[in-house]
Amino acid sequence: MSKSKVIQVEGLTKMFGDFAAVNSITFEVEKGEIFGFLGANGAGKTTAIKMLIGISHPTSGKATVAGFDVYTQTEDIKKNIGYMSQKFALYDDLTVKENIIFFGGIYGLPRKIIKEKSDALIKELGLENVTNQLVGSLPLGWKQKLSFSVSLIHDPKIVFLDEPTGGVDPITRRQFWEMIYKAANQGTTVFVTTHYMDEAEYCDRVSIMVNGKIEALDTPKKLKEQFQAESMNDVFLELARG
Amino acid sequence: MLPIIFILPLLQLVILSNAATFEVKNIKFGYIDNDRSSTSRALIEKFNASTYFNVLTDYPTQNKASAAMLRGEVDVVMEIPQHFSRNLQTEQHNTLGIIINAIDGAAAGVENVYITQIVKSFNKSIRTDLSQISDAQIQPITIETIPLFWYNETLNYKTFMVPGILVLLVTMITLFLSGMNIVREKEIGTLEQINVTPIKKSQFIIGKLFPFWVIGMALLSIGLIISKLVFDVPMVGSLLLLYLYTSIYILVVLGIGLFISNFTDTQQQAMFIAWFFVVIFILMSGLFTPIESMPRWAQLITEFNPIKYYVEVMRMVMLKGSDLMDILPQLIKTLVYAVVMNGLAVWSYKKTT
Repeated sequence: MSKSKVIQVEGLTKMFGDFAAVNSITFEVEKGEIFGFLGANGAGKTTAIKMLIGISHPTSGKATVAGFDVYTQTEDIKKNIGYMSQKFALYDDLTVKENIIFFGGIYGLPRKIIKEKSDALIKELGLENVTNQLVGSLPLGWKQKLSFSVSLIHDPKIVFLDEPTGGVDPITRRQFWEMIYKAANQGTTVFVTTHYMDEAEYCDRVSIMVNGKIEALDTPKKLKEQFQAESMNDVFLELARG
Repeated sequence: MLPIIFILPLLQLVILSNAATFEVKNIKFGYIDNDRSSTSRALIEKFNASTYFNVLTDYPTQNKASAAMLRGEVDVVMEIPQHFSRNLQTEQHNTLGIIINAIDGAAAGVENVYITQIVKSFNKSIRTDLSQISDAQIQPITIETIPLFWYNETLNYKTFMVPGILVLLVTMITLFLSGMNIVREKEIGTLEQINVTPIKKSQFIIGKLFPFWVIGMALLSIGLIISKLVFDVPMVGSLLLLYLYTSIYILVVLGIGLFISNFTDTQQQAMFIAWFFVVIFILMSGLFTPIESMPRWAQLITEFNPIKYYVEVMRMVMLKGSDLMDILPQLIKTLVYAVVMNGLAVWSYKKTT
């Protein structure tokens, strides 16, 4: 049990009736790592994430996140993680500023800190002109960046990003990955799922899930060597086709 | 959304309070005058003068009158017997035939009462006339219509209905708002974002309750002002007591709403369930039909109907001036109900599935 392992998963399984959505997956994620969690639609990525962030009970297996057990210490896990779902989940009928204050408040940050954080965050995202605008009226790319920033507001140890760049233009995607790198440099572990294989190349390590199982797990470079592929795209196609 | 929440129910209050009345007006009245005397004409004239009856039709025979009632042209037919006038002076008894269309039983009852009153007053005036004619032999004369029951003439329906309708509106708005709320967040996905935060279940439910509670109280306040200004409904009891009770009552309704919201997956489901309860609660609240006349099992169900208690308390405090001790039973039951429902709401909110 190394201290730098922030996520440890062993034989984690989730059954829906007879169907194993997640079938005994095992992996570890180290502190400050950008961990790419790939897989085709329906491979079980989101189900796996939901177990790790404490909103879905595993059927069997073991897992700890930030040192806390996913069965018994879900509320402790939640204090230490940030999460951004594939569906935009800030409040459309609150303004940018209100959303930041709201989520800051839920994580129990003092008012003064929330104020500082929200000012810094708005400046960093270049949202000064729209702070009092309803979030619902913003373009998707801005929303996603805001959403990512909000998920980091309480300085979590790990941030889970479920397809954060889905439907976003290439420039914004680029900016998004710069934000991810920045967070990782500051010691936050990033657990990210994506369908863009160029993004997979940016990850430190990548796992590829097929039909509920992890079929490959290594650095992008080694995976390409292992499958004798030109790009991660080829690796993915090789695995996902079965 | 906020204007909708306030304007629609208050519009309903004004419209429904005027419409939801048991008073029966514009009764289509017909008669068969077999006597054709000045006395019988005087009786008919009494009906003509009444504001409740209009369209007086003279039918030559009972068959014609029955046919007219079948076609819906007439609601009430009075048959004045032959020798009506003579009998009045010679006999102690006299009879009038009254036929009432009783498809709507409640309306028929009310019509019957109106007729009885008119006949009674006619009875009185005739007696004075007769006594003037023959001083010597004053005889008590009675004219009978068959069913007899007294009616509270002074009862103003608006005074009676406005508090009740206000109760319904406060209840419906708060129930629908809370019932739609959590399930709406499930649909748009924000609930998942909340569920990955360390927020406590009770904090979440209280956060959900509070805004709707404020809306409910505001609605009550505006409704009370309208009932005073527009309908001149008296406020005999303590306003403070009414607010105290309402503040607890709204928690019951919100608890039910949030409970529904937690158990459903879509707003449609929540809407259906909320309607199910609203209809039962309203029709079994004693607002429109007295609870005493319901069957035993139905009366038992009404014990679990929060609207029943609120209607009672509202009428007691506003119209009778009841104090804290008088409404204590309702207050305690409502308090227990609030604790149970909100406990269930917290319990049924699951952050982990």
